[in-house]
Amino acid sequence: MLEEIIYLDNGATTRMDKRVLAAMTPFFLETYAAATSQFGYSMGIDAKDRLEEARNTVARELGAAPEEFAFTSGSTESSNMALKGVALALGERKGKHIITTSIEDFPVLHSVRVLEKRGFSVTYLEVDELGRVDLNRLSEAMEPETILVSVQMANQEIGTLQNVASVGAICRERGVLFHTDASHSFPRVPMDVRELPVDLVTVTAHLIHGPKGVGGLYVRKGTPLVKWMDGGFQEFNLRGGVENIPGAIGFATAIELVTPEETSGLQVMRDQLIERLLQIPHARLNGPPELRLPHNVNVSFRFVEGESILLHLDMRGFAVSTGSACFSRSLEASHVMMGIGGDHERAHGSVRFTFGRFNRPKDVDAVADAIAEVIERLRAISPLGKQ
Amino acid sequence: MPLPYSDIVMDHFRNPRNVGRIDNPDAKAIEGSPACGDMVAVYLKVDPDSHRITEVSFESYGCASNIATASIITEMAKGKTLEEAKALTWKQISKMLGGLPAVKVHCSVLAIDSLRAAVENYEERHGLVKERKPTTVEVVRRRLKRVMNPMVGLDLVRTRLVRDITVADGRVQVALSLCSDHQFAVNIREEIMEKIEPLWDVHEVTVQFDERALSELPVVQ
Repeated sequence: MLEEIIYLDNGATTRMDKRVLAAMTPFFLETYAAATSQFGYSMGIDAKDRLEEARNTVARELGAAPEEFAFTSGSTESSNMALKGVALALGERKGKHIITTSIEDFPVLHSVRVLEKRGFSVTYLEVDELGRVDLNRLSEAMEPETILVSVQMANQEIGTLQNVASVGAICRERGVLFHTDASHSFPRVPMDVRELPVDLVTVTAHLIHGPKGVGGLYVRKGTPLVKWMDGGFQEFNLRGGVENIPGAIGFATAIELVTPEETSGLQVMRDQLIERLLQIPHARLNGPPELRLPHNVNVSFRFVEGESILLHLDMRGFAVSTGSACFSRSLEASHVMMGIGGDHERAHGSVRFTFGRFNRPKDVDAVADAIAEVIERLRAISPLGKQ
Repeated sequence: MPLPYSDIVMDHFRNPRNVGRIDNPDAKAIEGSPACGDMVAVYLKVDPDSHRITEVSFESYGCASNIATASIITEMAKGKTLEEAKALTWKQISKMLGGLPAVKVHCSVLAIDSLRAAVENYEERHGLVKERKPTTVEVVRRRLKRVMNPMVGLDLVRTRLVRDITVADGRVQVALSLCSDHQFAVNIREEIMEKIEPLWDVHEVTVQFDERALSELPVVQ
């Protein structure tokens, strides 16, 4: 094991920034009271004030009013809350049809699958080779019973940015609610709900050097949503449970530390790495070259398998991820890789590299050199790709 | 930091033995798994009098467990007779490798299948094959013993996942005690199809799930 690894799996989670930890610590040790009403004792009032400050920060970043943003335990909870909450609110009253895409992340995908078992019908929009939703298909899929459309801002594996503005416009036109999972893009890809016709937005802290276990849901004023996590009246009675104030402070601090300059730096590394990797024979970029997450690179190498690549890179001190079936918990190839091409081969040799704050420009050449060597080595023992 | 693989597995993964192709092999086979995408090729040189394997090599388009298993079986098969090589079981091999994570056993079975297929390829070419037998429930059951239950790394039959097998007019139906939305349902179905579909007199394979079954796989042996 090498002393320090070069971590290129920031799309899975990130190292927390020390400044985030420093901002959170007092709320474990000093101002640890639960947020109370204004008639409570002073430590509780102080805690409440700081929670609301954190909420203001996150809401401002989204262009939302503070009372339109509820903290949750992360993006999985947020998406469950949005999809199941709308289904419970409108299923009997308006209809039982939901539209989403075939390449959503699991919180959305598995929430709608559960709803399907409970009598809802779901349309899974197919995407093109670059992972983009066809807006005409979306319009065609709309039915009088459609209550909700859920299309992600950015794809977790191949980085594709969806045209959510147009998706939202189509939904607005038909009076259908629109949810977007912005976990992987927020706040590096800016969004403003005053301009974007969206009703529900999932966000999370741990992908931007914030703490794990905190995220949130933007809920546009007036959106019908049945409370899903029953308990006390916290979070505007949208989610019960004592507020995770250190987490909320951590999330807000993490947002404040993300700057456009930093994101541009990640994008430079992204583009340099793509250029280097595509010099390797039989390498192919997954997802679009430009309209993609600023920190995401995903390349498939033919004739070799992802878990083997990953292990060899680990031995050389690099952390990456793959869409190969051999690596997945269900032994199925990545549904995203299958969704954009439908062939196992592309998933089998796919590698995702995701940059973060603690990467340095020299990491690009280091990982590109290492992967070139590993691919050559594995191709030498592969039965494919030879005469 | 403990890796899920033993030192022996990692050693064979890092430095696989007997890699590459043999020029003019006496037999070869490529086995692939559409379910996970792995492929293994095995090449043999066989002494025509003693039927002993004199040379053996492999190539792999697969994961660590696949590469390591293929590597170690080439070591084990060398010098063995065809019959001895065919009799190698994944249990012996897994033991030689210092164990494999349950979920990765199926990747290693593919390497063993490939060695068997190469031996059978030699037997076919040299007129050593006996008559083709018709597929029976027992034949299907034996094949299902090579499909792994990824929860425990033991086969489907042994872990009592196979509720019923019917064989009629080239149609094979396998009923499982597993619900269709189990984590491994898709994988297990594809593996079953892979093992049963190639039988010479089978033209349709269906796998039935049981929605009443718990979504956990039984762990009993």
